[in-house]
Amino acid sequence: MIQQILFIILLGVGGYLALKRFQFVRRNILLGREVKIEGDSSQRWGTMVRVALGQGKMFTRPIAAVFHLFLYAGFVIINIEVLEIILDGVLGQHRLFHGLGGFYNFLIASFEILAFLVVVGCVVFLWRRNVAKLARFHWREMTKWPKTDANIILITEIALMSAFLKMNAAEGILAARGVEHYVNMGTLPISQFVAPFLESYSTAALIAIERFCWWFHIIGIVAFIVYLSYSKHLHILLAFPNTYYSKLRPAGALDNMSNVTNEVKLMMDPSAQVTEDPMAPKKFGAKDVEDLSWVQLMNAYSCTECGRCTSNCPANQTGKLLSPRKIMMDTRDRMEEVGKCIDAGVAYDNKSLLGDYITFEELWACTSCNACTEACPININPLEIIIDLRRYLMMEESQSPESITTMLTNIENNGAPWAFSQADRGNWTQE
Amino acid sequence: MAEFQVRTMADCMAVGETPEVLFWVGCAGSFDDRAKKITKAIAKILHKANVSFAILGSEESCTGDPAKRAGNEFLFQMMAMQNIEVMNAYEVKKIVTGCPHCFNTLKNEYPALGGNFEVVHHTQLIQDLIADGKLSIEGGEFKGKKITFHDPCYLGRGNGEYEAPRTLIQKLDAELVEMKRCKTNGLCCGAGGAQMFKEAEAGNKEVNIERTEDALAIQPHVIATGCPFCNTMMTDGVKHFEQEHVIAVKDIAELIAEAAEL
Repeated sequence: MIQQILFIILLGVGGYLALKRFQFVRRNILLGREVKIEGDSSQRWGTMVRVALGQGKMFTRPIAAVFHLFLYAGFVIINIEVLEIILDGVLGQHRLFHGLGGFYNFLIASFEILAFLVVVGCVVFLWRRNVAKLARFHWREMTKWPKTDANIILITEIALMSAFLKMNAAEGILAARGVEHYVNMGTLPISQFVAPFLESYSTAALIAIERFCWWFHIIGIVAFIVYLSYSKHLHILLAFPNTYYSKLRPAGALDNMSNVTNEVKLMMDPSAQVTEDPMAPKKFGAKDVEDLSWVQLMNAYSCTECGRCTSNCPANQTGKLLSPRKIMMDTRDRMEEVGKCIDAGVAYDNKSLLGDYITFEELWACTSCNACTEACPININPLEIIIDLRRYLMMEESQSPESITTMLTNIENNGAPWAFSQADRGNWTQE
Repeated sequence: MAEFQVRTMADCMAVGETPEVLFWVGCAGSFDDRAKKITKAIAKILHKANVSFAILGSEESCTGDPAKRAGNEFLFQMMAMQNIEVMNAYEVKKIVTGCPHCFNTLKNEYPALGGNFEVVHHTQLIQDLIADGKLSIEGGEFKGKKITFHDPCYLGRGNGEYEAPRTLIQKLDAELVEMKRCKTNGLCCGAGGAQMFKEAEAGNKEVNIERTEDALAIQPHVIATGCPFCNTMMTDGVKHFEQEHVIAVKDIAELIAEAAEL
């Protein structure tokens, strides 16, 4: 009974903390402006199934993709086990689903294999990050916290899976010794190799080990859910809405700003009939997070900092300051800062995303080549944030490199980026 | 162009004709000496295939692409609306262009501003002309040559067209060789997003040098391009490595025109 009460308290406290954080994240995302969601929903579902559920874009880098698939499959399928643990905890039962008989044993055996693959995947990923030191995990923006965050996640996952396997091993021995209410789950594929290390323990010690692992596993999972919301690991949830709301139009297409369209129409024809777009932003371009769309802000919270965008970025590869991953990390960090200021009731306009986080030099290194958007396994779009910030620089602050100003003047005066006369455009036909 | 007269839309209108295709030349194609050769090659191919086409000539102006990518949406939309007005006045239905930046802008960003045209890149149109039996090409001087294709960002990743230019290279009986980074993973030449018109930001290398290294690694006879800006960047890169006597940088249209001895 005491165990049940403790368990319900654990769920309640964990749930409350997670809910508060998720509300904070949601509110921050909704600081972004509204956007029209174009295209039909069946296409969007298709993208989500292919890219998020099916991990379609991961496989351009097959090694990472295979080990990531272990973690992904493990995470999704072991949730059935978590459901049993929660029901056991609340109802004061032990292995509630055992009534399924042979099928239960099959499930547990599958979970064990998955748990083992998760451990293998995590070890490989820790090795890649900390021993092999893959370049993309050690770029300028990968400071202490992003590195620690990744390691905490991987180590926690190993610990959770180890507890699960040890718990099964102890259960198996207890069942074999005929201890009441411990169940025989047949020969288990992984924990049978853990069992020999526990054989010499007394029954009381094994019961304690089994209970400890059970509690460790579930406390770990609850803590992990709370931790998610503070971490880059939020991608395991947000990858789904993120791909659903990702761009359906060709990657090369940029939106036409509706607030500009009306002004240009009136400029060209003062009697033109224009309709106000209720979603039109007040500013031209983006200076801070509220000027971006909520989809762009969700992009930032979805980023797991894998760095594929950056390692494919032509500017980054040739030593420029620009890193598309940093664009996303900066957007998220600024959003968190703004969110905290709002909650504390203090002003936050002494800083902005543009300038304090993302600099002129970074923005002007972009070739708009879409390598970053193509590389992102969950369809995050750093390019459109870069363009929105450039728009603000250009249209609100008239800031641009000098040669760009000359180019724009040429376009305006003679319809070409160079100082040639428009009347000469057809001269090549006579040459 | 002594062989035939390229007409403007105004010329055609004066005699009551409506050409089927508008050849959108673009700024580089109109003014850059190297790009003008590509423009002429496209015109020759269209002429050879008896395509009814015309240009806008002095009525054409920048699509506004570099202004938009630089962040000047006002200037972009001004250019776009002026161009749309001109093209709608001529009742333009179909546009072919040799510039992937113009292609992308005309195709994707003009419709919302009232410019609804069927827009194709020249490699797509040439592929169609061959498929329809209006144009036939044989390898000619490129038979058996190693040719690699550098994907323009705004044709490839930007609009998903990877095959048309490659099909044409294969039609030349040439050996199509791929750089290690190609198609969706292709590396930019460094010119896009208005970079063509400014100095690169501080770094340790120019993007076109990095890209030229990819090409040099496979030692092709020709680096084929489908964009006048890529052509400039790759030509400069090849010159940087003093390989211009060994490796030619040519647009697909030039390869086709040369093979057909146009």
